[in-house]
Amino acid sequence: MKGRVRRTTARVRRTGRVRRAALPYLLLLPALLLELLIHLVPMAMGIAMSFRQLTQFFIRDWSRAPWTGFDNYELAVDINKPVGEALLGSFFTTCLFTLLSVGLCWFLGTAAAVFMQETFRGRGVLRALFLIPYALPGYAAVITWAFMFQRDNGLVNHVLHDQLGIGGAEHTFWLLGDNSFWALLTVSVWKGWPFAFLIVMAALQNIPKDLYEAAALDGAGIWQQIRRITLPSVGAVNQVLILVLFLWTFNDFTTPFVMFGKSAPPAADLISIHIYQSSFVTWNFGTGSAMSVLLLLFLLVVTAGYLIFTTRGRRKADG
Amino acid sequence: MADQGRRRGASGARTKSPLDPPASFKAVRAVFLVLLAAFVLLPVYVMVTSSLKPLKDVAGQFHWIPSGLTVRPYIDIWHTIPLAKYFMNSLIVAGAATACSVVIAVFAAYAVSRYRFRGKRLFTVTVLSTQMFPGILFLLPLFLIFVNIGNSTGIALYGSRGGLILTYLTFSLPFSIWMLIGYFDSVPRDLDEAATVDGCGPLGALFRVVIPAAVPGIVAVTVYAFMTAWGEVLFASVMTNDETRTLAIGLQGYSTQNDVYWNQIMAASLVVSVPVVAGFLLLQRYLVAGLTAGAVK
Repeated sequence: MKGRVRRTTARVRRTGRVRRAALPYLLLLPALLLELLIHLVPMAMGIAMSFRQLTQFFIRDWSRAPWTGFDNYELAVDINKPVGEALLGSFFTTCLFTLLSVGLCWFLGTAAAVFMQETFRGRGVLRALFLIPYALPGYAAVITWAFMFQRDNGLVNHVLHDQLGIGGAEHTFWLLGDNSFWALLTVSVWKGWPFAFLIVMAALQNIPKDLYEAAALDGAGIWQQIRRITLPSVGAVNQVLILVLFLWTFNDFTTPFVMFGKSAPPAADLISIHIYQSSFVTWNFGTGSAMSVLLLLFLLVVTAGYLIFTTRGRRKADG
Repeated sequence: MADQGRRRGASGARTKSPLDPPASFKAVRAVFLVLLAAFVLLPVYVMVTSSLKPLKDVAGQFHWIPSGLTVRPYIDIWHTIPLAKYFMNSLIVAGAATACSVVIAVFAAYAVSRYRFRGKRLFTVTVLSTQMFPGILFLLPLFLIFVNIGNSTGIALYGSRGGLILTYLTFSLPFSIWMLIGYFDSVPRDLDEAATVDGCGPLGALFRVVIPAAVPGIVAVTVYAFMTAWGEVLFASVMTNDETRTLAIGLQGYSTQNDVYWNQIMAASLVVSVPVVAGFLLLQRYLVAGLTAGAVK
């Protein structure tokens, strides 16, 4: 009788422990299933698709598309053929675009955050104003900019040509040709800088006031304080901020798509719209998938390299 | 130390504190901030004024001051295209994607925040890294999966709202999980441990202690997820048809072969923006705290 009781309590205890060990997995189960469904399976399929000649004839049953090995990859990286040449061009455009956009977003965001570190009249209103580009739905903002960049009825040409007289009487095309790069960059910076502003502002709040007071008493001017105290203390935050800005800008689809439609002019042909066009306009999913895989590899290498580089640098700085 | 205290006391007595910036700094600050504010507000000004102009005004040369004001565009936007239908579609898709991702993320984030288990690191790293991948990477395969499922089973995922909701989870689920882990970590562990001692099960502790304590965070994640889904363009451009089109794609309907109704486009843009911008500005305190907590970590 006693033995049985002991055995049951042991069993109860054991099942209790098992149940407790399984609990995190049960809580995770829906998320795990969905992750599998929306991320892992599509990613595996994307890789499988990149080895096939997947044209519009096989969309209804992609498994029947002929296996072609690395042909899609060869096509994508062969810079002597139009497909590879265009992809390389788009890649360089995206790199330059990202570099400029991230740099400007970071600069504007940091400058605004530094200038607004102290309270002054109208600071709260200004802060709310600065968040508008971040809060507006991307497409609504980009449509408005596209309107402003219209050749004949846009604000930009009206101000430049009619009011300031820059560039003569002939209106400039902003959404066609080489100028489209600058139009796209303007919109990207307009949309992106408030994020930098938010993050840097949060980081600045953690700087103790004493530091500034001590520096001021030691005779450091305001610019010196900014250079010696403010900027160094946002270093660690910048590491994440710049990475996030880089990934967003590099992968941005909304801005070029809403400004130019399904095919952007070569000067503004960012990589995401280029892959989209290669896949959904020319209906060659195999090549599109190969390009996506190459893009993913590039992002992984850059991100890993960046993280290793910055953490090592930071560890050295910490001593 | 005592010396410093005395000096600080002395400086406090002066009318001008040493922390008060000099006039040159204030001038640079004023110029910079005014220019930046002008840059930010320019499109807002264009959006608002152009939405009140008659068509012949927006079709011709741009003018800063409208020649005449009319609310006509705000009436016409509902007839030129089925805007109400697109509005409904956006509301359903963004709402459902948000609800699904937040509910599922609450459980997942609770598990990650409160338990040690095998594979935890793998899970968090996977979730974090999917956020960096471009949407196009998932769009191509998901499109083909949907078409193939439709062909073999007759379930129409491609072009349906359900299919679109599923694709929206590719971006809203990872960041919901990620942000909620941060919020749950900030709820003191003692609270739910005390609840467990008082006889609550782990789920009881989640629902009675952790969730109530993290309400601001959950609200922030919800608003943020909704905003992102509301502005989504890539998946909507491929995965919708005439019936399920969302606002992001539907607004293109104001450009016809003959005319581009810029005044109506601006009016419609304003109408679809006001709810999310208002929501964002109202809740910005929570949103910003959550966003930056994640980034600063």
